[in-house]
Amino acid sequence: MFKTLTMTVNGREVSIPVDERESLADTLRNRLGLTSVKKGCEVGECGACTVLIDGEAFDTCIYLSLWAEGRSILTVEGLKSPTGELNPVQQAFIDEAATQCGFCTPGLIMSAVEIVGTGKRYSREELRKLISGHLCRCTGYDSILNALERVVEQTYKHVGHEGEAPGPAGHA
Amino acid sequence: MYDIEKFYQARSVADAVRALRADERAIVIAGGSDVLIEIRDGKLAGCSLVSIHGLAELEGVERTAEGEIVIRAGTSFSRIANDPILLRTVPMLAYAADQVGGPQIRNIGTIGGNVCNGVTSADSASSLWALNATLELTGGEGTRLVPIREFYTGPGKTVRRHDEILTAIRIARADYEGFGGCYLKYGKRNAMEIATLGCAAMVRLTPDQKAIAELRLAYGVAAPTPMRCTATEEAVRGAAITPELLDRIAQGALNEVKPRSSWRASREFRLQLVSEMSRRAVRQAIVNAGGEADV
Ligand SMILES: Cc1cc2nc3c(=O)[nH]c(=O)nc-3n(C[C@H](O)[C@H](O)[C@H](O)COP(=O)(O)OP(=O)(O)OC[C@H]3O[C@@H](n4cnc5c(N)ncnc54)[C@H](O)[C@@H]3O)c2cc1C
Ligand code: FES
Ligand code: FES
Repeated sequence: MFKTLTMTVNGREVSIPVDERESLADTLRNRLGLTSVKKGCEVGECGACTVLIDGEAFDTCIYLSLWAEGRSILTVEGLKSPTGELNPVQQAFIDEAATQCGFCTPGLIMSAVEIVGTGKRYSREELRKLISGHLCRCTGYDSILNALERVVEQTYKHVGHEGEAPGPAGHA
Repeated sequence: MYDIEKFYQARSVADAVRALRADERAIVIAGGSDVLIEIRDGKLAGCSLVSIHGLAELEGVERTAEGEIVIRAGTSFSRIANDPILLRTVPMLAYAADQVGGPQIRNIGTIGGNVCNGVTSADSASSLWALNATLELTGGEGTRLVPIREFYTGPGKTVRRHDEILTAIRIARADYEGFGGCYLKYGKRNAMEIATLGCAAMVRLTPDQKAIAELRLAYGVAAPTPMRCTATEEAVRGAAITPELLDRIAQGALNEVKPRSSWRASREFRLQLVSEMSRRAVRQAIVNAGGEADV
């Protein structure tokens, strides 16, 4: 059955009919033409379909579109500045050659946007854990981690504060 | 497109219960990180879903005036892993939630789904067993409380009735205060990996901190359902903390578990893990309870 879904996508409110059996990945790609959202595994394993929903990273292949009612979605298409410049995260991926075939890149960039948005500083090990929901079959991850370290460091110098590390520190 | 025949988004828990009563085929969906995978797999193809996703009354953690911890069933693993109340009172459970899948799965997966799927490998299950959690189920006939030890009836099977929603997971003050705990997960990878074995240990020490006042040892994947090693727990009540103690606990655990072989690991390897992880988890739990580590 079709229902009307109202959500904010990349800053613009949209109201569109969606099939209630649709995943958000399908809606964003097929109805809104946002093809930065990739479909790799469609079972939550690879992270290629990652977007930010109300600021948090979700796999849209295992997210029913109707659940997005009233929520705010951000995809790579929404990262460009009004004057067309790339987001610092995108720039860092280019500078560190963190992209090869590019299939994993949009998803990783969205997770990186969430990570950078915290304004916190992370060790390489913490960053590894924070991107563990993404598979990249080309780069071997090192260049991706380099890009993350670069942009996290830049942002921290600009707006950063010494926050607490995310998640429980140990298993005390 | 998912092969879903009927979909209903409930507006409240009461509405969800009503919808479940009206359709005896209907399945509850919360985060969907089990249900949607099974639909893709074909196991649940053509299903009828009642969604409790996003219901505000099912989210959040609180501590009552009596010190009881109440975790609403729809709370995501990310929230649990970072919740200040849980980090203070039951850090072992917050840590266990942080071992699930990867960040995106922790954002969508709920603790209620982790319990209701009835799966022995569920990362929160061993900790909840060690903590003697009580499950609050709300259905057409009202609300009932079920101790987690009476909840599981077999792999993927629980006592939850068709029209019941798990609304909260409760942990009494006496079940966490004064304990040190440790959850260990063994998997082939550090992330995005279902546990080959999970082990949760909790220890309360005697006032002089030299002996075990109470041990709780729980496992996931050591039997068809999560389990506790109750005979071992009883046997070491009051036992002094010595190097032999860990041998006794490991041997006791081996006598109680009933692991199976699966494509992930053989029974023999799981037995090895049962023994080794009991030592490591209990040792760490003793330290976390304020005791000496050099055993
Ligand atoms: C890529 C990936 C990695 C994963 N890794 C892990 C892991 O490392 N560790 C782990 O433990 N799990 C893992 N899982 C499994 C899954 O994420 C968890 O079991 C999660 O807790 C399920 O919660 P959910 O809300 O998404 O459940 P759903 O899929 O919505 O539901 C799960 C089951 O519980 C029932 N249910 C849900 N909520 C309720 C409720 N409140 N009342 C009554 N019934 C209810 C549903 O009917 C269904 O049977 C992984 C899954 C994926 C896709
Ligand atoms: S396509 Fe969504 S996680 Fe792989
Ligand atoms: S660049 Fe090809 S998968 Fe990552």
